[in-house]
Amino acid sequence: MQGISAEALLSLRADMLRFAQIQLRNSDAAEDLVQESIEAALRKLSSFAGQSTLKTWVFAILRNRIIDHLRQASRTVTLSSLVNDDEDWQESLEALFNERGGWRDGPRPVSWPDPEQSMQTRQFWAVFETCLDHLPAATGRVFMMREFLGFESDEICSQLGITTSNCHVILHRARLKLRTCMDTGWGRPEVASC
Amino acid sequence: MLSCKQVTEVCSAELERPLKLGEQMSLKAHLMMCSGCTNYRRQMKTLRQVMQAYAEGKAIGEPPPTEQGDGRS
Repeated sequence: MQGISAEALLSLRADMLRFAQIQLRNSDAAEDLVQESIEAALRKLSSFAGQSTLKTWVFAILRNRIIDHLRQASRTVTLSSLVNDDEDWQESLEALFNERGGWRDGPRPVSWPDPEQSMQTRQFWAVFETCLDHLPAATGRVFMMREFLGFESDEICSQLGITTSNCHVILHRARLKLRTCMDTGWGRPEVASC
Repeated sequence: MLSCKQVTEVCSAELERPLKLGEQMSLKAHLMMCSGCTNYRRQMKTLRQVMQAYAEGKAIGEPPPTEQGDGRS
Protein backbone atom coordinates (compact mmCIF):
# COMPACT_ATOMS: atom_id res chain seq x y z
CA MET A 1 0.00 0.00 0.00
CA GLN A 2 1.55 3.24 -1.04
CA GLY A 3 1.54 5.96 1.53
CA ILE A 4 -1.72 7.77 1.88
CA SER A 5 -0.81 10.99 3.47
CA ALA A 6 -2.65 12.75 6.20
CA GLU A 7 -2.64 15.74 3.87
CA ALA A 8 -4.63 13.85 1.28
CA LEU A 9 -7.14 13.06 3.97
CA LEU A 10 -7.35 16.61 5.19
CA SER A 11 -7.88 17.89 1.68
CA LEU A 12 -11.21 16.05 1.68
CA ARG A 13 -12.36 17.90 4.73
CA ALA A 14 -14.28 20.66 2.97
CA ASP A 15 -16.18 18.15 0.87
CA MET A 16 -16.94 16.06 3.91
CA LEU A 17 -18.23 19.04 5.79
CA ARG A 18 -20.58 20.02 3.02
CA PHE A 19 -21.79 16.45 2.76
CA ALA A 20 -22.46 16.16 6.49
CA GLN A 21 -23.98 19.60 6.68
CA ILE A 22 -26.55 18.88 3.99
CA GLN A 23 -27.67 15.76 5.78
CA LEU A 24 -27.63 17.05 9.31
CA ARG A 25 -28.54 20.68 8.74
CA ASN A 26 -26.59 21.50 11.81
CA SER A 27 -23.07 22.81 11.43
CA ASP A 28 -21.86 21.97 14.92
CA ALA A 29 -22.88 18.37 14.60
CA ALA A 30 -21.40 18.26 11.10
CA GLU A 31 -18.07 19.63 12.33
CA ASP A 32 -17.95 17.09 15.12
CA LEU A 33 -18.71 14.12 12.95
CA VAL A 34 -16.24 15.16 10.26
CA GLN A 35 -13.56 15.63 12.87
CA GLU A 36 -14.25 12.24 14.41
CA SER A 37 -14.26 10.60 11.00
CA ILE A 38 -10.94 12.09 10.04
CA GLU A 39 -9.43 10.96 13.29
CA ALA A 40 -10.86 7.50 12.85
CA ALA A 41 -9.53 7.39 9.30
CA LEU A 42 -6.08 8.43 10.44
CA ARG A 43 -6.06 5.71 13.05
CA LYS A 44 -7.18 3.11 10.54
CA LEU A 45 -5.09 4.35 7.66
CA SER A 46 -3.06 1.16 7.66
CA SER A 47 -6.22 -0.85 7.06
CA PHE A 48 -7.09 1.15 3.95
CA ALA A 49 -6.36 -1.52 1.40
CA GLY A 50 -6.62 0.67 -1.62
CA GLN A 51 -9.36 -1.33 -3.36
CA SER A 52 -11.47 1.78 -3.28
CA THR A 53 -10.38 5.34 -3.65
CA LEU A 54 -9.39 7.14 -0.52
CA LYS A 55 -12.40 9.39 -0.86
CA THR A 56 -14.88 6.55 -1.12
CA TRP A 57 -13.34 4.94 1.91
CA VAL A 58 -13.39 8.07 4.02
CA PHE A 59 -16.92 8.92 2.98
CA ALA A 60 -18.03 5.47 4.02
CA ILE A 61 -16.62 6.14 7.48
CA LEU A 62 -18.36 9.48 7.60
CA ARG A 63 -21.61 8.04 6.37
CA ASN A 64 -21.62 5.43 9.13
CA ARG A 65 -21.09 8.10 11.71
CA ILE A 66 -23.94 10.15 10.31
CA ILE A 67 -26.18 7.09 10.39
CA ASP A 68 -25.36 6.45 14.05
CA HIS A 69 -25.93 10.06 14.85
CA LEU A 70 -29.31 10.13 13.13
CA ARG A 71 -30.37 6.91 14.80
CA GLN A 72 -29.77 8.52 18.14
CA ALA A 73 -31.14 11.89 17.20
CA SER A 74 -34.14 10.94 15.13
CA ARG A 75 -36.48 11.79 17.97
CA THR A 76 -35.51 15.39 17.53
CA VAL A 77 -37.52 15.66 14.32
CA THR A 78 -40.87 16.53 15.74
CA LEU A 79 -44.04 15.30 14.19
CA SER A 80 -45.44 18.75 13.87
CA SER A 81 -42.45 19.85 11.88
CA LEU A 82 -43.08 17.00 9.48
CA VAL A 83 -46.71 17.80 9.08
CA ASN A 84 -46.27 21.52 8.65
CA ASP A 85 -43.01 21.25 6.84
CA ASP A 86 -44.24 21.80 3.39
CA GLU A 87 -46.67 24.64 3.37
CA ASP A 88 -46.39 25.35 -0.31
CA TRP A 89 -47.03 21.77 -1.32
CA GLN A 90 -50.47 22.47 -2.75
CA GLU A 91 -49.05 25.32 -4.77
CA SER A 92 -46.30 23.11 -6.13
CA LEU A 93 -48.88 20.61 -7.24
CA GLU A 94 -51.07 23.19 -8.85
CA ALA A 95 -48.13 24.53 -10.78
CA LEU A 96 -47.45 21.09 -12.21
CA PHE A 97 -50.89 19.58 -12.76
CA ASN A 98 -54.21 20.83 -14.09
CA GLU A 99 -57.54 20.23 -12.32
CA ARG A 100 -57.84 16.76 -13.77
CA GLY A 101 -54.38 15.83 -12.55
CA GLY A 102 -52.73 15.93 -15.97
CA TRP A 103 -49.35 17.56 -16.57
CA ARG A 104 -49.50 21.19 -17.52
CA ASP A 105 -47.68 21.87 -20.78
CA GLY A 106 -44.67 23.70 -19.40
CA PRO A 107 -43.71 21.32 -16.62
CA ARG A 108 -44.53 18.10 -18.48
CA PRO A 109 -41.34 16.03 -18.08
CA VAL A 110 -39.01 15.73 -21.04
CA SER A 111 -35.93 13.52 -21.27
CA TRP A 112 -32.98 14.60 -19.23
CA PRO A 113 -29.41 14.61 -20.50
CA ASP A 114 -27.22 11.59 -19.79
CA PRO A 115 -26.58 11.70 -16.04
CA GLU A 116 -23.33 9.75 -16.31
CA GLN A 117 -21.83 12.53 -18.32
CA SER A 118 -23.25 15.32 -16.21
CA MET A 119 -21.99 13.71 -13.03
CA GLN A 120 -18.47 14.41 -14.24
CA THR A 121 -19.02 18.11 -13.97
CA ARG A 122 -18.80 20.22 -10.90
CA GLN A 123 -21.64 22.40 -12.13
CA PHE A 124 -24.02 19.46 -11.99
CA TRP A 125 -23.18 18.70 -8.39
CA ALA A 126 -23.50 22.33 -7.42
CA VAL A 127 -27.06 22.33 -8.75
CA PHE A 128 -27.77 19.05 -7.04
CA GLU A 129 -26.56 20.22 -3.66
CA THR A 130 -28.50 23.44 -3.96
CA CYS A 131 -31.65 21.51 -4.75
CA LEU A 132 -31.14 19.20 -1.77
CA ASP A 133 -30.61 22.16 0.42
CA HIS A 134 -33.88 23.67 -0.73
CA LEU A 135 -35.99 20.77 0.42
CA PRO A 136 -38.03 21.69 3.47
CA ALA A 137 -35.94 20.76 6.51
CA ALA A 138 -37.78 17.83 8.04
CA THR A 139 -38.75 16.46 4.64
CA GLY A 140 -35.14 16.72 3.58
CA ARG A 141 -34.05 14.84 6.67
CA VAL A 142 -36.38 11.91 5.98
CA PHE A 143 -35.31 11.87 2.37
CA MET A 144 -31.61 11.82 3.26
CA MET A 145 -32.12 9.00 5.71
CA ARG A 146 -33.78 7.02 2.98
CA GLU A 147 -31.69 7.77 -0.06
CA PHE A 148 -28.25 8.65 1.15
CA LEU A 149 -27.94 6.68 4.28
CA GLY A 150 -29.91 3.71 3.07
CA PHE A 151 -32.40 3.35 5.89
CA GLU A 152 -35.42 1.30 4.88
CA SER A 153 -38.53 3.44 4.91
CA ASP A 154 -40.08 1.18 7.56
CA GLU A 155 -37.24 1.93 9.90
CA ILE A 156 -37.55 5.65 9.31
CA CYS A 157 -41.27 5.58 9.99
CA SER A 158 -40.97 3.62 13.17
CA GLN A 159 -38.15 5.82 14.42
CA LEU A 160 -40.14 8.93 13.73
CA GLY A 161 -43.34 7.39 14.99
CA ILE A 162 -45.28 8.05 11.80
CA THR A 163 -47.30 5.68 9.68
CA THR A 164 -45.87 4.03 6.62
CA SER A 165 -48.23 5.87 4.36
CA ASN A 166 -47.24 9.20 5.88
CA CYS A 167 -43.66 8.31 5.38
CA HIS A 168 -44.26 7.49 1.73
CA VAL A 169 -46.09 10.75 1.25
CA ILE A 170 -43.13 12.65 2.64
CA LEU A 171 -40.73 10.80 0.37
CA HIS A 172 -42.95 11.42 -2.63
CA ARG A 173 -43.00 15.14 -1.90
CA ALA A 174 -39.26 15.21 -1.55
CA ARG A 175 -38.75 13.44 -4.86
CA LEU A 176 -41.21 15.60 -6.72
CA LYS A 177 -39.59 18.76 -5.41
CA LEU A 178 -36.09 17.58 -6.04
CA ARG A 179 -37.04 16.62 -9.56
CA THR A 180 -38.61 19.97 -10.28
CA CYS A 181 -35.54 21.75 -9.02
CA MET A 182 -33.14 19.54 -10.97
CA ASP A 183 -35.27 19.95 -14.05
CA THR A 184 -34.96 23.69 -13.89
CA GLY A 185 -31.32 23.83 -12.90
CA TRP A 186 -29.95 21.08 -15.06
CA GLY A 187 -32.49 19.00 -17.01
CA ARG A 188 -33.53 21.75 -19.36
CA PRO A 189 -32.11 25.07 -18.38
CA GLU A 190 -33.14 26.60 -21.70
CA VAL A 191 -36.82 25.83 -21.17
CA ALA A 192 -37.63 29.37 -20.15
CA SER A 193 -37.36 30.47 -23.75
CA CYS A 194 -39.95 27.99 -25.07
CA MET B 1 -57.59 5.38 -15.07
CA LEU B 2 -54.79 7.00 -13.13
CA SER B 3 -54.10 10.68 -13.58
CA CYS B 4 -50.54 11.90 -14.12
CA LYS B 5 -50.57 13.24 -10.60
CA GLN B 6 -51.45 9.81 -9.25
CA VAL B 7 -48.82 8.21 -11.44
CA THR B 8 -46.13 10.32 -9.82
CA GLU B 9 -47.24 8.89 -6.47
CA VAL B 10 -47.03 5.36 -7.79
CA CYS B 11 -43.57 6.07 -9.22
CA SER B 12 -42.42 7.03 -5.76
CA ALA B 13 -44.19 4.08 -4.13
CA GLU B 14 -42.42 1.64 -6.38
CA LEU B 15 -39.12 2.81 -4.95
CA GLU B 16 -40.36 1.84 -1.49
CA ARG B 17 -42.31 -1.36 -1.90
CA PRO B 18 -43.35 -3.88 -4.53
CA LEU B 19 -46.39 -2.61 -6.41
CA LYS B 20 -49.61 -4.55 -6.23
CA LEU B 21 -50.67 -6.24 -9.41
CA GLY B 22 -53.45 -3.75 -10.03
CA GLU B 23 -51.07 -0.86 -9.56
CA GLN B 24 -48.60 -2.37 -11.99
CA MET B 25 -51.27 -2.76 -14.63
CA SER B 26 -52.66 0.73 -14.24
CA LEU B 27 -49.15 2.16 -14.30
CA LYS B 28 -48.23 0.28 -17.43
CA ALA B 29 -51.43 1.28 -19.18
CA HIS B 30 -50.85 4.92 -18.34
CA LEU B 31 -47.19 4.92 -19.35
CA MET B 32 -47.99 3.49 -22.75
CA MET B 33 -49.94 6.60 -23.56
CA CYS B 34 -48.06 9.24 -21.66
CA SER B 35 -44.55 10.34 -22.48
CA GLY B 36 -44.53 12.89 -19.67
CA CYS B 37 -44.97 10.22 -17.01
CA THR B 38 -42.60 7.86 -18.81
CA ASN B 39 -39.97 10.58 -18.56
CA TYR B 40 -40.88 11.25 -14.95
CA ARG B 41 -40.41 7.63 -14.02
CA ARG B 42 -37.03 7.52 -15.71
CA GLN B 43 -36.07 10.70 -13.89
CA MET B 44 -36.92 9.07 -10.55
CA LYS B 45 -34.43 6.35 -11.38
CA THR B 46 -31.88 8.93 -12.36
CA LEU B 47 -32.34 10.72 -9.07
CA ARG B 48 -31.74 7.53 -7.15
CA GLN B 49 -28.65 6.79 -9.21
CA VAL B 50 -27.31 10.29 -8.64
CA MET B 51 -28.00 10.05 -4.95
CA GLN B 52 -26.14 6.81 -4.69
CA ALA B 53 -23.15 8.34 -6.39
CA TYR B 54 -23.39 11.28 -4.06
CA ALA B 55 -23.60 9.07 -1.00
CA GLU B 56 -20.40 7.38 -2.07
CA GLY B 57 -18.67 10.72 -2.17
CA LYS B 58 -18.33 10.69 -5.95
CA ALA B 59 -19.80 14.11 -6.23
CA ILE B 60 -17.16 16.27 -5.08
CA GLY B 61 -13.53 17.02 -5.35
CA GLU B 62 -13.55 17.31 -9.10
CA PRO B 63 -10.96 19.97 -9.58
CA PRO B 64 -12.99 22.89 -10.83
CA PRO B 65 -12.31 23.39 -14.51
CA THR B 66 -10.52 26.61 -15.20
CA GLU B 67 -13.43 28.97 -15.19
CA GLN B 68 -13.38 32.53 -16.18
CA GLY B 69 -14.23 34.13 -12.89
CA ASP B 70 -17.89 34.92 -12.99
CA GLY B 71 -17.55 37.34 -10.20
CA ARG B 72 -18.97 35.13 -7.48
CA SER B 73 -17.02 33.13 -5.01
